[in-house]
Amino acid sequence: MNEAKRKLLNKRYRAEANFKLFGQIAIGLALLFLAVFMYKIFSKGYTAFQKTWIVTEVHYDKELMLIETDNPSLEDLENADYYDIAYKAMTRLDPSLPEEDDRQLIQMVAFTYEQEVKNHLLKNPSLLGKIVPIRLTASDDLDQVHKGNYPRDIPEEDRRVNDYQLKIYDMLNERGDILSKFNLSFFTNPDSREAELAGIASSFMGTVFSILVCLAFSFPIAVLAAIYLEEFAPKNKFTDFIEVNINNLAAVPSIVFGLLGLGVLLAVFNLPRSTPLVGGITLSLMTLPTIIIAARASLKAVPPSIREAALAMGASNMQTTMHHTVPLSMPGTLSGTIIGLAQALGETAPLILIGMVAFVNTIPGTPVDPAASLPVQIYIWSESAERGFVEKVSACIMVLLGFLILMNLAAQIIRHKFERKWN
Amino acid sequence: MNLVLISLILLLGFSSYYFGRKKATIIQSSQRLTALPKFYGYYLAIWCAAPALIIFSLWSVFEPTIVKNFILADYLDQNLTKNELQLIYTKVKALALGTYTGDINNFLDNSAGKYIQIKNMANNAKIVIVLAALILSLSYAYQSIKKNNRMREPVEIFLKWVLFTASLAAVLVTIGIVFSLLFEAIRFFQSVRIFDFIFGTHWYPAKTFVRDGQPDPELMKDAFGAVPLFAGTFFIAFIAMCVAIPVGLLSGIYLAEYATRKVRKYAKPIIEILAGIPTVVYGFFAALTVGPFVKEIGNSLGLEVSSESALAAGAVMGVMIIPFISSLSDDVISAVPQNLRDGSYAMGATKSETIKKVIFPAALPGIVGSILLAVSRAVGETMIVVMASGLAANLTANPLESTSTITAQIVVILIGDQQFGDPKTQAAFALGISLFVVTLFLNVIALTVVKKYREKYE
Repeated sequence: MNEAKRKLLNKRYRAEANFKLFGQIAIGLALLFLAVFMYKIFSKGYTAFQKTWIVTEVHYDKELMLIETDNPSLEDLENADYYDIAYKAMTRLDPSLPEEDDRQLIQMVAFTYEQEVKNHLLKNPSLLGKIVPIRLTASDDLDQVHKGNYPRDIPEEDRRVNDYQLKIYDMLNERGDILSKFNLSFFTNPDSREAELAGIASSFMGTVFSILVCLAFSFPIAVLAAIYLEEFAPKNKFTDFIEVNINNLAAVPSIVFGLLGLGVLLAVFNLPRSTPLVGGITLSLMTLPTIIIAARASLKAVPPSIREAALAMGASNMQTTMHHTVPLSMPGTLSGTIIGLAQALGETAPLILIGMVAFVNTIPGTPVDPAASLPVQIYIWSESAERGFVEKVSACIMVLLGFLILMNLAAQIIRHKFERKWN
Repeated sequence: MNLVLISLILLLGFSSYYFGRKKATIIQSSQRLTALPKFYGYYLAIWCAAPALIIFSLWSVFEPTIVKNFILADYLDQNLTKNELQLIYTKVKALALGTYTGDINNFLDNSAGKYIQIKNMANNAKIVIVLAALILSLSYAYQSIKKNNRMREPVEIFLKWVLFTASLAAVLVTIGIVFSLLFEAIRFFQSVRIFDFIFGTHWYPAKTFVRDGQPDPELMKDAFGAVPLFAGTFFIAFIAMCVAIPVGLLSGIYLAEYATRKVRKYAKPIIEILAGIPTVVYGFFAALTVGPFVKEIGNSLGLEVSSESALAAGAVMGVMIIPFISSLSDDVISAVPQNLRDGSYAMGATKSETIKKVIFPAALPGIVGSILLAVSRAVGETMIVVMASGLAANLTANPLESTSTITAQIVVILIGDQQFGDPKTQAAFALGISLFVVTLFLNVIALTVVKKYREKYE
């Protein structure tokens, strides 16, 4: 082999190695992004599952609570005045503070502290008249300081927590009076304007209702349509037209479905705004083509020998389909449905357009109550300026991703466990 | 009331199934049946419930319009506009329901009385007619059961119609989309010239907001120019494709041609996770992490970077699209027949030369199709842009500035309470229809290309 040929060959081999390397880099980049993304979300979000409490002492002083009877009933306790004792419980933290600066201490706990003191007593009425330790929800700013998400070394006027509050915080922390416990209220509270109180209960229920409505509308229609198109439809122009329609519908941007929901469901049918009912129907229109396509694929996968055997036994076309083909195709259809629903679960834009972005601070009990949904909640919180919401958004994302993973796992399991292999 | 009626119909339907089957077994004792007994049950049940339910739903759909026309007939001589009539009707309805809180005049009071009267009449008539239809059809069906007619065929034909109707749902949704968009968009183009919309370069709809009354037509002319949005949409989509095409295509090729079975088994689903992450999550990530990151790098290079730059939104969108391109091109490349590869190897070509000179050209139509699908996806993507790119519509080609898109503007306009009839709201629908047309166009081309390609190798 002469020199020129060898050079050329080496060049070609180098090009080969380079090309392969590019492919590996591309895959590496995609995986790297996924890793960075997951790391960012989890490292920001995991602190939201911890809640910071301030421990102080409260004196359930009958006089200050304006209770006049000797043996107050629960109802008396319910109607008692808690403002003074709750206030005192906070100012007790630093008795040397002049009275006009009391607000600085009060601002260290969530604005519901009076309610928390009240609930504490109502749970244990025997504490009346005693001085007992109590834990109060820390304000979101203090919560962020405690979790280390908030820089302490910037100038005081740029901080939401001032030097005095930091001093008290350090003192309490040293005494062990700052507690960090699992944040149950994140799962049981509805949305709130205050980051320390905001939870995902309302949006979670909204999501559950929307997905159920979506399932109830899209699954039956999609399965029936798929059966027709795969088993009964004559080969003609109209059937082609329906098929083209379904394929195009699957690629229409989701926001257009939101416009449809707004222009038809709300404006023409006058369905109630901001509710999971409308949200679910809108999502079901979006999921419909996905499920139809999945159901058709799994009907197609049933081998013709099954149909021929049934027909040979004297079954009609309808009986063959309903008794044999459809049951055999169900695992594939179901896993396709779950994947379609998982897509709908993460959808945000159409729900915003039909008004599910309204601030809802009650937990919806039915599909016709106003509600948000998890992805919309992510959007709402991420638009909030308060620092405390950043970790809430990340935690909400973790919950949402958890659901998506569960649904996809379910789809996989159904597919692998129940689907028959024909060959 | 309606619920009671529906449950009554359904209850009768279910019970007539058992009744029909029973009747069939009685016939069976004396003569041979022409179908299985359960088909007699189905037959009776269908005839019992279906006509009644159809009449019921048609009635429920048309009743409100008819009642409205009856009520508003009294006001026709007063030369009122459509909106005023609507307002009066809302008042009358509220008054009749006892939820009205405003001045009540005699005229309204009369109408409310009439409304209640008509509503009652309509309700009673509905019950009578629905039940009458039910009884008539039930007795007809019962007659044919008695005669031992063939029962399976009509039941199956009915089922087939049900299946057919379900398959029309997709068509109905498309029609619904087109009409709801067109309806509002046409009204928008009555107040804003279509020319100003498509070629105007200044988008600032908030300017037209005027409390009570019509905005100045001169203002309207200059506020709804959609060119900055079209440009922004394609600009961000372009940035996204700059990220997604190289990475997606190369990883697709690698997975299809180089990867071992094991790598493929794990890498492919992991990359596809990127497609399953909700877009709002990408939006949050772009706004909170990528945006500031891009800004920091830009500032350290001495560049002026907006914290909501088109680059950040586009790049994150590109990452979202990677799996679409990689999966689709993987499929397309795997579909290229093996003998093309074998021929190339036999000539002494290396693997990469085979890919570049033989497989890639053979798979090109399919790859182009998948890229077009990805572009349509990028154009329709909403949440990333809403959260990470700006909301002000700048006409710019600088990726470091903020820009806005069609989808983002639709959200901006329609978030919160909307007033139908307001040109701003209608503008959102006009944007919606342009988005629909663009994506439809891309999809149709992509699907045709892919279909043609598949046919070639099958």
